[in-house]
Amino acid sequence: MKRALQILSAVVALAVIVVWIALGANRGWTKTEKEVRTLDEVTGIEGIAYEKRFQPGLDFLGAGLLGAGILAGVSIFFRSKSNATGTQSIQH
Amino acid sequence: MKIKLITSLAIAVSVGFASAAPQTFDFKDPKGVNNVVFKLDAPLEAINGSASGISGAVMFDAANPGATKGKIIVDAVSLTVPNGMMKEHMHGKDWLDVANNKEISFEAKELKNVKTADDITTADAVGTFTLKGVTKEITVPVKITYLKDKLGQRMPNAKGDLLVIRANFAIKRADFGVNPKAPQDKVADTIDLTLSIAGASPQK
Repeated sequence: MKRALQILSAVVALAVIVVWIALGANRGWTKTEKEVRTLDEVTGIEGIAYEKRFQPGLDFLGAGLLGAGILAGVSIFFRSKSNATGTQSIQH
Repeated sequence: MKIKLITSLAIAVSVGFASAAPQTFDFKDPKGVNNVVFKLDAPLEAINGSASGISGAVMFDAANPGATKGKIIVDAVSLTVPNGMMKEHMHGKDWLDVANNKEISFEAKELKNVKTADDITTADAVGTFTLKGVTKEITVPVKITYLKDKLGQRMPNAKGDLLVIRANFAIKRADFGVNPKAPQDKVADTIDLTLSIAGASPQK
């Protein structure tokens, strides 16, 4: 169980970092829309529209790493399999 | 001969008066390009967004740009930031309270320091700015570009003129009761506004 939680923690941390980098490594808040600008050639005005796009920010990264940290922390409260076996063999 | 001369003179004068008459430009843009960008740059957090729901009318006389007057209205619900939750908070009661204050507007009452070169006029527009139900007199530096006969290039089968107005100015959110208690290190008190709008005056 301890090992499983530690692996899960590492996987979550890695996944969060990979997703954050892959989707733009946005160092602000998480964005759910992306600004798209188009130039009106007659007036010279740049029109602004928004399209739905998820861009995880530092809050996403922080929450993900915190989750991974909690998993790693919880794993401390479980005994590792090898230790448990070792203790049993001494008792025998 | 005399009658012909008088007639052509009368036509020329009337055409001259017609072209010199103030025109009304409608700023409800069917192309949806008109926008206002807002920026709040606090030490801990920068918030950027825009609004596109623009309407209003401006009276402009190409022969006398200094007499320009008008009102530009921004639909408060159209204010957008790229974070959905932040947008919800911004529209909420503590911030803009868009449910009860549907419009943000600026009404230009007079232009000062007017300088015109070709079709471009720069001036300081003195008028009233209304946000969240609070109205204050402010001065906004504006650049007005008159684009004669350019409407057709923007809207096929239409004839008329365009008027482009650009302005950069700042307001204080506390002056307008926009969550004045919010910490200024996270949400700046100064709101920088950039207005880029085009109005149309179709030929009738």
